[in-house]
Amino acid sequence: MVPDRQTLIELYTTMQTIRRFEERVAAEFFAGAIVGFVHSYIGQEAIATGVCQHLSKKDRIVSHHRGHGHCIAKGADLKKMMAEIFGKKTGYCKGKGGSMHIADFSIGMLGADGIVGAGLPIATGAAMAAQLERKGNVAAVFFGDGACQEGEFHEALNLAAIWKLPLLFVCENNHWAVNAPASYSLAAGNITRMPEAYHIPSKAIHGNDVEAVYRAAGEAVEMLRRGEGPCFLECETYRLHKHFLSDALEDVRPHEERKAWAEKDPVTSFETKLLRQDVLTHADIERINEEIMERVEEAHKFAIDSPYPEPQDALEDVYSK
Amino acid sequence: MREITYQQAATEAIQEEFRRDPHTVYMATDGQADLQSEFGEDRVRVTPISENCFAGAAIGLAGSGFRTIANIRMATFGFVAMDQMMNHAAKITYMFGGQAKFPVLYRMTVGAGISAAAEHSVSPYSMYMNVPGLKIILPATPYDAKGLLKTALRENNPVVSFEHILLGGIKGEVPEEEYFVPFGQASIRRQGSDVTVVALAKMVYDAMAAADDMEQEGCSVEVIDPRTLVPFDAETVRDSVKKTGRLVVVDEACQTCGAAAEIIALVTADDATFAMLKAAPARVCGLDVPVPFSPPLEKYAVPDKARIIEGIRGVMSKAPAGR
Ligand SMILES: Cc1ncc(C[n+]2csc(CCOP(=O)(O)OP(=O)(O)O)c2C)c(N)n1
Repeated sequence: MVPDRQTLIELYTTMQTIRRFEERVAAEFFAGAIVGFVHSYIGQEAIATGVCQHLSKKDRIVSHHRGHGHCIAKGADLKKMMAEIFGKKTGYCKGKGGSMHIADFSIGMLGADGIVGAGLPIATGAAMAAQLERKGNVAAVFFGDGACQEGEFHEALNLAAIWKLPLLFVCENNHWAVNAPASYSLAAGNITRMPEAYHIPSKAIHGNDVEAVYRAAGEAVEMLRRGEGPCFLECETYRLHKHFLSDALEDVRPHEERKAWAEKDPVTSFETKLLRQDVLTHADIERINEEIMERVEEAHKFAIDSPYPEPQDALEDVYSK
Repeated sequence: MREITYQQAATEAIQEEFRRDPHTVYMATDGQADLQSEFGEDRVRVTPISENCFAGAAIGLAGSGFRTIANIRMATFGFVAMDQMMNHAAKITYMFGGQAKFPVLYRMTVGAGISAAAEHSVSPYSMYMNVPGLKIILPATPYDAKGLLKTALRENNPVVSFEHILLGGIKGEVPEEEYFVPFGQASIRRQGSDVTVVALAKMVYDAMAAADDMEQEGCSVEVIDPRTLVPFDAETVRDSVKKTGRLVVVDEACQTCGAAAEIIALVTADDATFAMLKAAPARVCGLDVPVPFSPPLEKYAVPDKARIIEGIRGVMSKAPAGR
């Protein structure tokens, strides 16, 4: 499955939108305008982008604590996202969720979960729904190498396998869970050995290469739509920020490792490639970036101009009517 | 009226609602043949022994437009599914700003009395009461089992149904016609004028037996079954206590931080009710021990008729506080 020119441009635009959005969020965070835990997706943009390019609004995804990229790739509104991250009443969750819990059910984004591994069981339910609806829809779940250490991961693999659920497991292996390396925490060594043990077709790919992600996800999603059961993609990647945005948090990852991965930046390397292959000119890139910056600016302005919730709004939405 | 068992009544509720709404799914670690044969293996699924996973799958289904029953079986297995029930089912309606509804019904059996020891005997409803976002039902009769489960299956929020292990086989009157038992409406099982006894789950039966005995001593006991813990019908209990001036809450769960403590606090937080108290309210609860195995130990660990009578006599013996 080779992306055509239009698709290449869309992939680039989505990745760059995530990057610019996340850069703005980080700047606002360090300026003191955003509070709480913010896990930056910078460095991993190719994964959400390459996978979600194959999904429609009727396909459902479940995300995790590092979730802004999944929201954007699935088509979420930047304004409502930014407002949520700022804790405003106009945010996706009326300020009740924040950075870690953005959801948009109208586009099949079933929410980000802050409990490591917990999105996996929920995604099996979304995949069951797709299976019962019999319309060829699928579900995808994003999670880190850290989540593979949780029991919920194994339970979800097993359940999806025995029921042949149309679920795409997308492991974003950025090699570290906070400051613990996956090489220490995961006895299996290669992550794909685990889904293979459950007879789930799996593939390890370079997660910073958006075309590689796009191709692998495309093949997997086709299999899911044909009802052949779950698939698993391990996407090797690296987060370019600390675990969460913070001045104080320690980052024990070796300097050389960080440097090497910074050179494999998924966004800039794709941009260089598109220029080299004459898919885009410098002028195109400038124009696309200006448009993105405008949208990010607009989102920021919307967040700033929006009111905070009233304190007593805390009492609403505990139950739905 | 016809009589059927608690278990049959519960199954009828599910059958009626599953016939009405094809977007319904049932999951449990063991098959329920009658449901499976009628609704098919796609909608009535035997799960692997992965309680946390299917508790979570129920949430994903709910967020995708389905209504799901996850039958966890014993409440002790529910502890394995705490992440999905407590961190997710209970919170995501709120955390996502009310964007989506999560109609999930978690069923669990509770209670002691079958010599199953501590890892198969527990009554943990107060833990769940401490987590906003869940509704909690506690049916004690076949009539209520059907009526409350029917209501639960029309509810747009996660509901936890705690069903006492000793009640599954008891028989009771259940109408053929469709009916619902609303949440938040206590049932006065027996009228009385001297003392109000609020009893939970199986304790309703023990409290009724105690009330019979007390009658012979000339003490008139009002027995109230709240039927749902969240929402809780404080009004009915307050009205009763205003009449009797005395309150005993009977629950076989451990006493510490239990539902009994919360019920007493809720009922007496009302000044008008508090002013009518003739004695301090009392709790008759399970001992603060894990449920033991050996019959004499197990029997000793949970309240019975004799201990309820003791509790009632306790509040009756106190002279009205010189008001
Ligand atoms: C159940 C649970 N345990 C611990 C945490 C704290 N925590 C948050 S993120 C994280 C690391 C997760 O690593 P991974 O899944 O690889 O994702 P990454 O942060 O690397 O993207 C931990 C331990 C948590 N949120 N949930």
